[in-house]
Amino acid sequence: MKIDWTRNETLVALVILAFCAAAAASDPGFLSVATLTDLLRGGIVLGIFAVAAMIVLISGGIDVSFTAVAAFTMYVTAMALNAALPGMPWWGALGFGMCVGALLGAINGVLIAIMGLPTLIVTLGTLSIFRGFMLTFIGQKQITTLPPGMREFGRMMLLRGENADGSFYSLHGAFAVTVIVIVLTWFILQRTMLGRQIFAIGGSVESARRIGINVRRVQFFVYVYVGILAGLAGVIHASMARVANPFDLVGLELSVIAAVVLGGARLAGGHGTLTGTILGVALIVLVRNSLIVLGIPSTWQSVAIGLLILIGTGLPAWQAKRAAARSA
Amino acid sequence: MTDALVTLDGVTKTYSGITALDGVGFSIAAGEAVCLAGENGSGKSTLIKILAGVERPDRGKIVFAGKTQGPLNPRLSADAGIKVIFQDFSLFPNLSVAENIAFSAEISHGSRLVRRGRARALAAQTLSRIGVDIPLDVAVETLSVAHKQLVAICRALATKARLIIMDEPTTALTEREVRVLLDIIRRLKADGVAVLFVSHKLAEVLEVCEHVVVLRNGQKVAEGPATEFDAASLTRHMTGRDVAAQPPAPLAENAPVLLRVEGLNKTGIFADVSFDLHAGEVLAVSGLLGSGRTALAKALFGLVAPDGGSIRLNDRGVPLGNPVAAAEAGIGYVPEDRLTEGLFLTQSIVQNIAIGRLDAHGNAAGVLDWRALLGEAGDWLRRLSVKAPDPTAPVRSLSGGNQQRVVLARWMARSPKVLILNGPSVGVDVGSKAEIHGIIADLAASGLGVIVISDDLPEVLSTAHRILVMKDGRLVQGFASGQVSETELAHRLAS
Repeated sequence: MKIDWTRNETLVALVILAFCAAAAASDPGFLSVATLTDLLRGGIVLGIFAVAAMIVLISGGIDVSFTAVAAFTMYVTAMALNAALPGMPWWGALGFGMCVGALLGAINGVLIAIMGLPTLIVTLGTLSIFRGFMLTFIGQKQITTLPPGMREFGRMMLLRGENADGSFYSLHGAFAVTVIVIVLTWFILQRTMLGRQIFAIGGSVESARRIGINVRRVQFFVYVYVGILAGLAGVIHASMARVANPFDLVGLELSVIAAVVLGGARLAGGHGTLTGTILGVALIVLVRNSLIVLGIPSTWQSVAIGLLILIGTGLPAWQAKRAAARSA
Repeated sequence: MTDALVTLDGVTKTYSGITALDGVGFSIAAGEAVCLAGENGSGKSTLIKILAGVERPDRGKIVFAGKTQGPLNPRLSADAGIKVIFQDFSLFPNLSVAENIAFSAEISHGSRLVRRGRARALAAQTLSRIGVDIPLDVAVETLSVAHKQLVAICRALATKARLIIMDEPTTALTEREVRVLLDIIRRLKADGVAVLFVSHKLAEVLEVCEHVVVLRNGQKVAEGPATEFDAASLTRHMTGRDVAAQPPAPLAENAPVLLRVEGLNKTGIFADVSFDLHAGEVLAVSGLLGSGRTALAKALFGLVAPDGGSIRLNDRGVPLGNPVAAAEAGIGYVPEDRLTEGLFLTQSIVQNIAIGRLDAHGNAAGVLDWRALLGEAGDWLRRLSVKAPDPTAPVRSLSGGNQQRVVLARWMARSPKVLILNGPSVGVDVGSKAEIHGIIADLAASGLGVIVISDDLPEVLSTAHRILVMKDGRLVQGFASGQVSETELAHRLAS
């Protein structure tokens, strides 16, 4: 098979390999099941966020409000279930979060798809509104006693075990949810006409309208779907952290979008792959979790991530430009 | 006509008080090619959008195959077999050829899931129907313009097409590609598909169409069999006046040499190019596509670095391969593709003109004198009679002829000595074309040297004092105006 060097995926995969090699060289204990499960755990919430951010980018928009949707949902779900529905099982809690997320996503959807406002401006606005509304009217105090359903979910493990050196490792059950989200999104994007229409409007809205695609409906779906994923991620985040902190999550949105762009999605719309997105998230999680192993102070994290974004997205663009210059 | 496929009757459309279409009616029969001619702003585009279901008429009746239609939408029009190939093709650059061709068909099927096998089969079958070979899996954004257009045609044909509307299909194509397109249209007609052909290029129109409808200012001003029209009468109907081709005013005998090009050379592209350009002279360099004419034009302005030779303006050397130096020396270049090379499409008209003059209106600290800058830009807009509703509107909103004028205005604001115009009237309607030729004559009369690069022979003959024929990268022959007829010149270019 020929390796396509102009693709972001190739480059990101290589950087991940190089990073792992460097980490393994400086700490032989790096290549272990425990490291892997740590990384997978770190990718659960980020992965769902990234899938959501990617689908908006493909449709030609950009959504920065998903972290606020997640924080809002997680806090409201924990509070509502504690107050009114303490008997709700874990899957009920996830479902409740998805409904709250869908409602908030629908607000974005109405503003963007129905009223035709620019996506960045709308979601910047709703980011601030969702967050401010929650902190002002709902509460600012951490909820340390989560409802039983969420506590139950927080304790679920797909596997757990003991290493040779006596340390424990485990993989959280929420990882399965991320996998399901990825598979479902792949199916929607690649195997349904709705998914192809999302790509189409990302390629050209006007063309889509002219061949009779219902652009409003497709866009509305996109923002509701993002709301559902964000709500889900919010409830998972609180369950895994065993606390619903209203100040959590918001602020992550740009790193998430960066991970998606690193994976090859274009801000101009119409391009993006799940493989690339997963690789982008993997690289960011790897950097966050393991920079310390390489002996690099954690304050360098954001510098490292920024460099990766510059190199990871700049190099393929530069190569494409050179290739174009050669053929001209 | 009893078996009309599509009939329009009294179709009227107004946009915020401006009447775009006023009681237009005509009909198209199966297997017939109808030409819709008209200048920019005559209502052609509105008519297309109404047939496509993108816009709704205020009044009037549309009948498809004997059935009067209610309010249309893109889906209904497409299902009735009306397919529009828009000027910009309306493709999805990020999707594959196969997916682009099959997209409308798949939507019409109403299935929720993607059927890749079916889509590919349909795409392959449609491509072979018009006899072209384009790989199915490449992204459309990587294709050439001609191939993009073929993909757009295939998409229109992929589902049951009964009327294909082509909006300015030949603007971006070379002579040979136009031949291929006209052949495709003939084949479609033989299959019983009707074609509504919208074009500025009068020769093509008369070649493939049986019937001509001319719009002017939203009204139908002429209609009849194509045999009753010739280029002159069509032009008269479109513009409402006689646009006669006149040879340029003679050049003063003692006009000084302005630009002297000697031995300009670029390996594999052009060789040993030498000529003089006098003040007040319009010099045409004419050659077929691939003759090196565009490379030469770019080399004169420094956009292509020649390997050797010299360019002297008023007896002072101009550095080669340096557009900034060329512009400073007083050479201006208006590119062929003004959309990608010449204009900032989304910025306002005045800003587009003013951009060439930023340095002249900055003070020592680099702060701009906006008032003077915009005043000057507005002044040039008036002098070149750009029809713009609002000088702060984006350039994109202007017609082709007016966009070309904006590019000219930008250069004129810099008061150049030599202006190189590459394809000055490509994609411009007849009326504007005549006006652009008038502007060229005025510029030359004011003492500028103008070089027109064009393969539009009537244009060359009516604007230039001297015509240089370029072939395989060399200037092979020169003619003074009036020394050569159009047929003879065409023969020289091709032989």
